[in-house]
Order: sequence, then C-alpha cells, then structure tokens
Amino acid sequence: MVKNTPETHIISILTKNQPGVLSRIAGLFSRRGYNIDGLTVCATENDDFSRMTVTVCATANTANQIVEQLKKQIDVVKVLDLNSGDVALRELLLIKVKAGAKERSELCDICTIFKAKALDTTTSTMMFELTGNTSKIDAFIKVLVPYGIIEMARTGGAALERG
Amino acid sequence: MYKAADILLKTLTKLGVDTVFGYPGSSVLPVYDRIPDYPIRHILTAHEQGASFAASGYARSSGKTGVVIATSGPGATNLVTGIADAFMDSVPLVAITGNVKLSELGHDCFQEVDIFGITMPIVKYSYIVTSPADLEKIVLQAFKIAHQGRKGPVLIDIPFDVLTGEAEYLDLPVEEENSPCDLGQINEVAKMINESQKPFLFVGGGAISSDAFDEIKALNEKIHAKVGVTFMALGSVDSTCDGYVGIVEDTNPTALDAIKESDLIISLGVRFSNRNKSISLKGKKMAQIDVDKAEIDKNVPTTSYLLGDLKTALGHLLPFVDAKDKKSHGGYIPVINHRSEKIISALGRLCPDAVVVTDVGLHQICAAKFFPFRAPRTFLTSGGLGVMGFGMGAAIGAALSTGKKIILITGDGSLRMNIGEFETAVKLNIPLTVLCFDNSSLGLIKRLQKKQYKRNYVECELSKLNFASLADCYGGKGFKLSSHDDIEKTLTSALNCPKPVIVDCEIPQSEI
Repeated sequence: MVKNTPETHIISILTKNQPGVLSRIAGLFSRRGYNIDGLTVCATENDDFSRMTVTVCATANTANQIVEQLKKQIDVVKVLDLNSGDVALRELLLIKVKAGAKERSELCDICTIFKAKALDTTTSTMMFELTGNTSKIDAFIKVLVPYGIIEMARTGGAALERG
Repeated sequence: MYKAADILLKTLTKLGVDTVFGYPGSSVLPVYDRIPDYPIRHILTAHEQGASFAASGYARSSGKTGVVIATSGPGATNLVTGIADAFMDSVPLVAITGNVKLSELGHDCFQEVDIFGITMPIVKYSYIVTSPADLEKIVLQAFKIAHQGRKGPVLIDIPFDVLTGEAEYLDLPVEEENSPCDLGQINEVAKMINESQKPFLFVGGGAISSDAFDEIKALNEKIHAKVGVTFMALGSVDSTCDGYVGIVEDTNPTALDAIKESDLIISLGVRFSNRNKSISLKGKKMAQIDVDKAEIDKNVPTTSYLLGDLKTALGHLLPFVDAKDKKSHGGYIPVINHRSEKIISALGRLCPDAVVVTDVGLHQICAAKFFPFRAPRTFLTSGGLGVMGFGMGAAIGAALSTGKKIILITGDGSLRMNIGEFETAVKLNIPLTVLCFDNSSLGLIKRLQKKQYKRNYVECELSKLNFASLADCYGGKGFKLSSHDDIEKTLTSALNCPKPVIVDCEIPQSEI
C-alpha cells in the first residue's frame, strides 16, 4: 500500500461488444462504491470491441483495486490506468450562452483564443463547440459564466496513450 | 437439426452433469419435456430457493459445478438468494432460467422479469441466449467460467422461442480451463518463509476450492507453523494436527495469540472479510497466495504474493521452502461447557466422518467450533452471505453428490425457513439427520439484543413448535432430545434410523 491521497485516474477499458457490457461495468463501479466523474463509451477500429474511458477520483490503492476488479470481468479485454502514462485526453463541450448584438464580437474573440467554434446564433443567444482537455474546458466555461449560460452538454473524456 | 432444449441437455450430458435441481414452470417446460430422454437425474424441490441451495451443496461437497433450473419470473427471482450465496462463497454454479419469447421481452408479460439485470452484480457472468445456434457454445463457456480461477455462479437465461427453436448440434469440444498464474515473486515468498522464526499459516476457503489439503499438509510438515482457518476453510487442515489453533475470529484467543506472536502470516486463499475485526495484522509481514489478483492488497497490505490456483502454486513453492527444526505446539482442544457444545462434541465422537451442513445462527458457530473436522468438503455453510434456510437444500445436494451420511445442524429459526425441503429428503430417502437446536428464539439476534441493545428483546422470540411431530408428518422420523436425556443414546438411535430424521434438541435460554 502506498499513497493515500485521491487523485484523478483515467481508466481506459477495452471490452467485447456484448449486450449488457455497459451496465456490467457501470454496475461494478457503483456496487463497489467507486464514484465515476466521467464516462465515455465509443466504438473502436474493430466492431467486436468497444472502448470505455472512465475518469475517477481515487487513491492509488483504490485505483489499483478498480483495475483488478475490471480485469476479472469476462467481457473486459484490456484495462489501463492512464494516470501515470503520457496521455492525450479530450472532452467535447457544447454550450449556449446569452448574447445580444453587443456581446457577439466579444464572445467571438474569446472563441478565437480558445479555438472554439461558433455553431449557431440567434438575436439573443450563441452556441459554441469546444474540444480540449478537462482544464481547458473548465477555463472556457468560467469565462462564459458572466454572459449567462443557458444550457450546456459536456462529454466525458476520450483518451489514448501517446506513442 | 435439434430442438434447443435437446442441445442444452446433450451439452450438459457431455459436461458430465448427472444431477440437476429445479422446479418446472411454463417458460421452461420445453426442457422438462426432454429431460426423461437423457441420463440426467432431475431433483424436484419444494421451492426454487431450496433447489439453488441443493445445487450449491452438491457443488460444495463434490467440487463439481452445481446446476439449477427454474422458470421465468418468480421461478427466476427465487434463485436470487442462492446465486448471491454462491457468489459470496465462490461456489461453481450454473443457473438456467426460462423466459418469455424474445419478441415479448421488455413488454411486462405474465411471469416476465429481467433476471439478467437483477442478477448482474451477483454473477461471474450471465447470458441471454438470442438464437438456438448460440446455445451449445454458451453452455460450454458458462461451465468453464463457473469453474475456472475463482469459482462462482453463471446465469443462462433462455427465452421460450429460443428453447423451442432448432439448430445444428455441433458437438463442440469442452473448453479447457485456465487459471491465472503469476509466480514472479516465488523467491521472495520462499525467502520470507525461510527467514521466519514463527510463521503463522492462515488458511481460507480457497484451500477447499482448489483441493490443496495435501500441499498445505506438506508445507506445514516442513515449517511446523501454527495453523488457523476461516469458517470457509474448516476441514482444509486436520483439526487434530499439531499446531492447529482453530478458527481465526474475535472470540478465539488461542488463534489471536498465535497471530500476535508470529513474525510472518502466510495467507492461503483468505479474502480477509470484515468478520475478523480484532485481528491485528499491523506491521506483520504477509505472504499471500490467492487465485484472484483483486484479493492481493484489497483489505490488508501484502508484502509478497503468488497468484494462482493454491494447489498448483504451493506445488511450485514447496521445493523452495527449507525444512525447519521440528517444533511441537500441542493440539487444539476447545473447552466444552454448554449443552449445545456437548451435543456437537458427542456427534464428533459418534460420526467423525460425516458431512456437516449448517444453517445460520448460534448453532452454526457452535458446530464450526466444536466438531472435529478432519477432511475437506465435510463442512458446508453459508459463510459470506449468511443465509438462514441454506442448510436443508444444501444437505440434500451433498447427500446426492457424496452418498455419505449428512448431518444438518440447524436452529428452530433457520429450520422454519425451508422446512418444506425435508419432504424432498424423505421422498429421496437420503441418509440425513437433522439436529435442530431449539431455544424457541432467534438465538443470535437475541444475543445481539442482549449485548448491544440493553436486553431490549424485539421480535426474537419464537413459538414452541414440535419439530419431532413435524418430521413424522412429513414421513420421516422425529426424536426429542430434552435437557435431561442422555445425548449419546438419543443421537445413536437417531443416527441409526433408516429414514431422514429430525432431532428436536432442547437448548436452554441460558446459552444465549
């Protein structure tokens, strides 16, 4: 047993593409009391497999236990705790803010800084799309708060090891 | 082409399944329709829960995979406790349920339930079969999964139209099991054992699952350690051997002292449940051997470990272990005071080779502590889930797999739960002696209320029931063992009775 302070772990799980596999994995997390911060399920280059990327805040011990419990699952092919490795992680954000004629150009400037895309605009709102790592998305949202966020949708992370 | 029901039964036959336990219902009738044509004995119980425990008892006593069959809806939900029990105690079990037609799934039909979803947290794996062509492969995989590595239950849910559909029978080969194995730290583990002055062998249920009796014995003949066991491991070492300290639990100072004075814990298939609160392992070196990597470092920190089937891993480890100077620790003799303890002790003298099954309660603790277990698979108990009502079904399963004399030690609370299965035992005329420790209470609950709730006794007192007469009503034979009767005399007549027997043993309230 080593460190006892919780930190973010990105757990990448390659699973067989079987019925019930999402609830099996999600159920394992809830049953054993591991709290999921983010979850992304997606197809892979091979139709027989899916990839789940789970973000959890856990101590090193707990993360280790999560990985070992996941490895026991029949449908799980491979599990990686990407925390320690060199990882590319991206989330996607869609966000709608209040924007009259006055705010529009200011918002477009912010957009340029963050390399976000304006997706839609009406006389009173604007919608943006942004991909990036967790802290970049957090920072973008923070800047938009003063304008008034109407609604937003944010995915969990998708992650791969570099190299 | 074969009907799917035939494919199921042909595959079970090929896997060597000779006995299944179950209860018919409309969704699963296509299977029942075909059973008589196969060399498979079906045991009809009084309740699906009894069938699930019978399959568990069959598996626990033999090491083979138990099979239970039930219909959709209530039939399936009645298996849930049995499946959860098998999951907690790592018992290989395959549960086969019928369901409504594929096209009707999710439409809230009569006797429809999502048993796949309900059991998901308590199975090793589960299937909904969506085509008759998949069934053969699924059954073979299910048996492999249930029995390999850390054992456990697998559910196969088969919709009605799949069961009545047809497919080719491919006669696929039985899948080979492969247990996880990582002996990378074998040198470290051997070094720790060789350098240890006072090692302590802590043996868990994994020792029974992997049939490692001989290897554990061989190890201790080299290192002369003190040996303690968990509830699940009773019988994994001979309780009369030198250095045996009994069950490692809060009320056994002999075992706790042995751990305290040791300089190394060698854990063999122990999962360190929360039942052992007062065991201080802090600062102790720990060598852990387990088949499940997730058990390494889960509840207690490990110094070095070996991953693998215990029998195999110990086989590899033994040549690296140096023989230590012979030490004599003396044997373990529990002190006998109470009436219930005297009964168990007498039973140990009268039939030391019996298979002992228990329910859950004070009687269970008493049986575990005072019966001299000497061989593996002779003590069957619901250790993890702690199911009252487990015993009668499990006793039936054990009798059918071993052909041996079975003693069910139960309490008047537990016996009430599934007493209907006594009729199943009578019908099969199995060599069963039930000892009901009758204190007209839920003894363990009453003890807790006495100690932790200031004697505020709520709902722990039961009415007096004449279990001996009940036994007669069911077609068995009833005996009474009152507090003034001679224990050995009554037990001898009960044990020699050619019918299934219930002995109503009067236990004084003072023992609670």
